[in-house]
Amino acid sequence: MATEFHNLQELRHSPSLVTKVFIQRDYSEGTVCRFQAKFPSELDNRIERTLLEETVKTLNSYYAEAEKIGGQSYLEGCLACATAYIIFLCMETRYEKVLRKISGFIQEQNEKIYAPRGLLLTDPIERGMRVLEISVFEDRGSGGSSPSSTMSSGSSAR
Amino acid sequence: MSQIQHAALDQQGRYNQICTRGGSCPPPADGSEPAHCPGHRSRSPRKKWQVFPGRNRFYCDGRIMMARQTGVFYLTLVLILLTCGLFFTFDCPFLASNLTPAIPAVGGVLFIFVMGMLFRASFSDPGILPRATPDEAADLERQIDSAGCSRPPPRTREVLINGQAVKLKYCFTCKIFRPPRASHCSLCDNCVERFDHHCPWVGNCVGRRNYRFFYLFILSLSLLTVFIFAFVITHVILRSNQTGFLGALKDSPASVLEVVVCFFSIWSIVGLSGFHTYLISSNQTTNEDIKGSWSTKRGKDNYNPYSYGNILTNCCAALCGPLPPSLIDRRGLIQSGTPQTVSQSNGTSNSSYASTQLHSNMQGAHP
Repeated sequence: MATEFHNLQELRHSPSLVTKVFIQRDYSEGTVCRFQAKFPSELDNRIERTLLEETVKTLNSYYAEAEKIGGQSYLEGCLACATAYIIFLCMETRYEKVLRKISGFIQEQNEKIYAPRGLLLTDPIERGMRVLEISVFEDRGSGGSSPSSTMSSGSSAR
Repeated sequence: MSQIQHAALDQQGRYNQICTRGGSCPPPADGSEPAHCPGHRSRSPRKKWQVFPGRNRFYCDGRIMMARQTGVFYLTLVLILLTCGLFFTFDCPFLASNLTPAIPAVGGVLFIFVMGMLFRASFSDPGILPRATPDEAADLERQIDSAGCSRPPPRTREVLINGQAVKLKYCFTCKIFRPPRASHCSLCDNCVERFDHHCPWVGNCVGRRNYRFFYLFILSLSLLTVFIFAFVITHVILRSNQTGFLGALKDSPASVLEVVVCFFSIWSIVGLSGFHTYLISSNQTTNEDIKGSWSTKRGKDNYNPYSYGNILTNCCAALCGPLPPSLIDRRGLIQSGTPQTVSQSNGTSNSSYASTQLHSNMQGAHP
């Protein structure tokens, strides 16, 4: 596994995208935002199973925190209603605060774990919370010329 | 290597995955320069609402969004403003001097609340789900086609939610499997989360993000209507004690119009408020109620998996639950090379689909 070959700057300058893997939503607990913990087979030799599962579990816990219905959300809701929702012009909702934490978390995970392995996570909010998109880049360590030549021959044949 | 690739880091530190096309497939509009991506090459950056694929109208640079047909919304506005205007102009002076000035004060507060909730319900994003990017759509198509050998391939997925089987349908327009409780509004041409109904009076869909505003609007409007009706009647009665009934009507003719409008409104609006109170307390949407999705007539074991069990929790969850942010980012700038939705830029979708197809061929059997 090439751990030192890639960093974010390298990915920025000359990556080659091999494919995108999508982790779909898990609706077994209703409409709350959760992503499936199933490990996609395309990533078998790119990243350890436990790392990705840990990332997805942490993301799920963040979303559960954002959508939690409890004392704090009631307070926020009643206060907002009492001020005819004008208060949201100056204050951020709890959901928005958690979403900011999530993008910070994804950025940090990309820097530490995914970019060195030639992968890139896209924040689900940029995909309408439908999927967790993982972009898979060419793995330099394992002779990456064959995927690109196959693709270029494929595209030129069109 | 004929492929041009780059991933750019934008100002917010987000990654945009961009051109993976080779120089051999020229972009349709941009000529032969391979470094530019197809799509929008106008010098001034355009905002996302300008290329929104649904049938919505945007005002104030994307801050306000409504459905295409807004005629009935203006009728609602006219009715409310006219009735309240007549009330404050003709009835309130008499009532304030003869009874108490609290009457116009309370009326004023109710009126402002009604208008606030109406604008919030009409102008905000009801919870529209953005359409799938070309890569996602291709991935889903591959999964659907590989799932079964029967023709046509299944376009539904079954999911167990709290023990109840729920079918998720595939939306052909948005190219996604709709989340539970979402529905596609044919008038606005969007999939909306927790779709309740499309309300022409409000000029927008009612969905997850604006349901509480809609409910508070009809609730406060029913209070306002009852309030105006009661006090106009009181005004006419008090006046007829002084000048007789016909004299009272001659002195304030506007009261007749107000009573007529309020009388008909009360029946419809109070009834609607009652209906939605029932829906909220059982955590159902109008859509589900009309289709009888959770009715026991469908099966003995049919129950609503989203209900929290007691009325108070259901009401609190609907009205005081967290307000999710809009998923469609209307006022964001379009960055060249951002994955466009499937209704545009066919060039990008072809190349990325080709690359994923080739990759799956290389990998052999796809699970």
